[in-house]
Amino acid sequence: MTTLSITHSKRIVASLARTLALACYVVFALFPIYWLGKIALTPSKELFKNGTAWWPDSTTFEHFTTVVLHTDFLVFFQNSMIVSVSTAFFVTLFASAAGYAFSRFQFRGKNIAIFVMLLTQMFPLLMLIAPIYRIVSGLGLHNSLTSLIIVYTAFNIPFATFLMQSFFDGIPRDLEDAAMIDGCTRFQALRRIVFPLTLPGMAATLGFVFTAAWSELLFALMLIDSNEKMTFPSGLLNFVSKFGVDWGQMMAAGILALIPSCLFFIFIQRYLVQGLTSGAVKG
Amino acid sequence: MEGQTIKSANNTVLGRNSPRLSPHRKTSMFSAKMRSVFEPWLYLSPAIILLVLVMFLPLVIGFTYSFQHYSLFRPNDITWAGFANFEQLWSDWKFWKALKNTVWWTFGSVSIQFILGLGLALLLNRTFPARRLIQALVFLPWAVPTFLSGLTWAWLFNPVIGPLPKILYAVGLTDSAYESILADPAIAMWGPITANVWFGIPFFAITLLAALQSIPKDLYEAAAMDGASAWQGFTKITLPFLAPMIAITVMLRTIWIANFPDFIYTMTKGGPANSTEIVATYIFTTAFRRLDFGYASAVAMVLLLLLLAYAFILLNMRRIQAKG
Repeated sequence: MTTLSITHSKRIVASLARTLALACYVVFALFPIYWLGKIALTPSKELFKNGTAWWPDSTTFEHFTTVVLHTDFLVFFQNSMIVSVSTAFFVTLFASAAGYAFSRFQFRGKNIAIFVMLLTQMFPLLMLIAPIYRIVSGLGLHNSLTSLIIVYTAFNIPFATFLMQSFFDGIPRDLEDAAMIDGCTRFQALRRIVFPLTLPGMAATLGFVFTAAWSELLFALMLIDSNEKMTFPSGLLNFVSKFGVDWGQMMAAGILALIPSCLFFIFIQRYLVQGLTSGAVKG
Repeated sequence: MEGQTIKSANNTVLGRNSPRLSPHRKTSMFSAKMRSVFEPWLYLSPAIILLVLVMFLPLVIGFTYSFQHYSLFRPNDITWAGFANFEQLWSDWKFWKALKNTVWWTFGSVSIQFILGLGLALLLNRTFPARRLIQALVFLPWAVPTFLSGLTWAWLFNPVIGPLPKILYAVGLTDSAYESILADPAIAMWGPITANVWFGIPFFAITLLAALQSIPKDLYEAAAMDGASAWQGFTKITLPFLAPMIAITVMLRTIWIANFPDFIYTMTKGGPANSTEIVATYIFTTAFRRLDFGYASAVAMVLLLLLLAYAFILLNMRRIQAKG
């Protein structure tokens, strides 16, 4: 009886410790985002006077309305949407095809192809900026969203391919084989059987790439000059020099820009875990 | 690790279902063979073509820059330099300092991210109320654009407008509530590392949680029946199962972080007194402040070689471990 109650109280302590630990993680994760929001809501006058207060004496939505109505923010936002959605679409398409090849075929040169993809993960991207800048200008694509979409698509393909490969590895091959014995071609089997099962995996890849493209700054700075073509990270920096550093406005714009990528990510993170569970760790 | 995964997956399947061609279709052996050779490359081609054009071609061009005097200040005076850029690099104390800082920055960030990420994955790998909501919230930092989080963390560390100096002083970690740790060369690196840990925990938590969920539950039950403690279960079952995922994620993150200038650039710009300058930010300032592409490319080349060596050693260690 006593040993039982000891293990019981031990269990309660352990569960309390776990809850406390999780609470720490949540606070750590959300605190900077909270502070970002606090700055965006603080009137400019109060910002430096009483900056370290946990909550400002008065709040205002003025920064948000100014950002939306009187700056190029909506243009940046729209450009970012175009670039991120297109990048996510193309990466998912190409990475699905490549991941399918890695998962379902045994062919000569496969290990080299995998090695090449791993190798690209080691490139200092900074080093590619100057050559890419020259190639892009040479092609007359400078200052166009197309150039950003092409560059981002290439950068995101390797990791997305490994992700998709692990999703495909998680789908039993017997399903396709059965369909192929019943007279389907490989492509038909892919379309009717495998494709519906990989949809969560594709959603995860789509979201992963979307957030990556949404926040890219360096290449956006290098390849885009004019205001009407800027994506929001570079636009936001530009914004600083133009109006002096209006931190409230900048943080308000930041909060607004956070919304799509956070929504996307909250929606897909479940599939990310699920998909990786089914395949990646069999080795 | 990837190669291994594929091989084991394919072996099991090929063993069972060797006659893969449909018996109903009259395909000659030759065209079947041609198809099995070309079909995978057909699926791979868009990815490969893009990688060659957007990554490998620029890499080769960048490689040639590293042997040239190539400065945008003197655009008409681009000449071959032989190994001059590399000789300059050998005696450049800023580079060596940046290299040392890179090791510190990368090792500090990866190890803390990994430990905290593993802890979070273990906490999330059980059922409790509102698990989905909490999981979504703790993974959120990964979705915040990096330059925005860099700016926010710089704010948090600022003594006039941020709360952290007060808190750090109150718990006795710093000597003054009115100084930013970002201004002190001895400890400035902790600023960007903190931001990076915040940003990177979700990556490890997601990948390791996935690995945890694929461990068969009955293994633990069997171990508990044999009287194993929770700690034994962790070291004898959990860790060995996680090992492949740990190896690949630690390798990838190390390389990504060594190449990752965003936080340092937005928070300290490499200062004070070069105390947070890493190779990646040094490349950035050399190329885009001083517009010296030749020298920047030489530095980038050296970084690439070092990372390749690191990956090579790590992969070989894994192979030896797997054999032994």
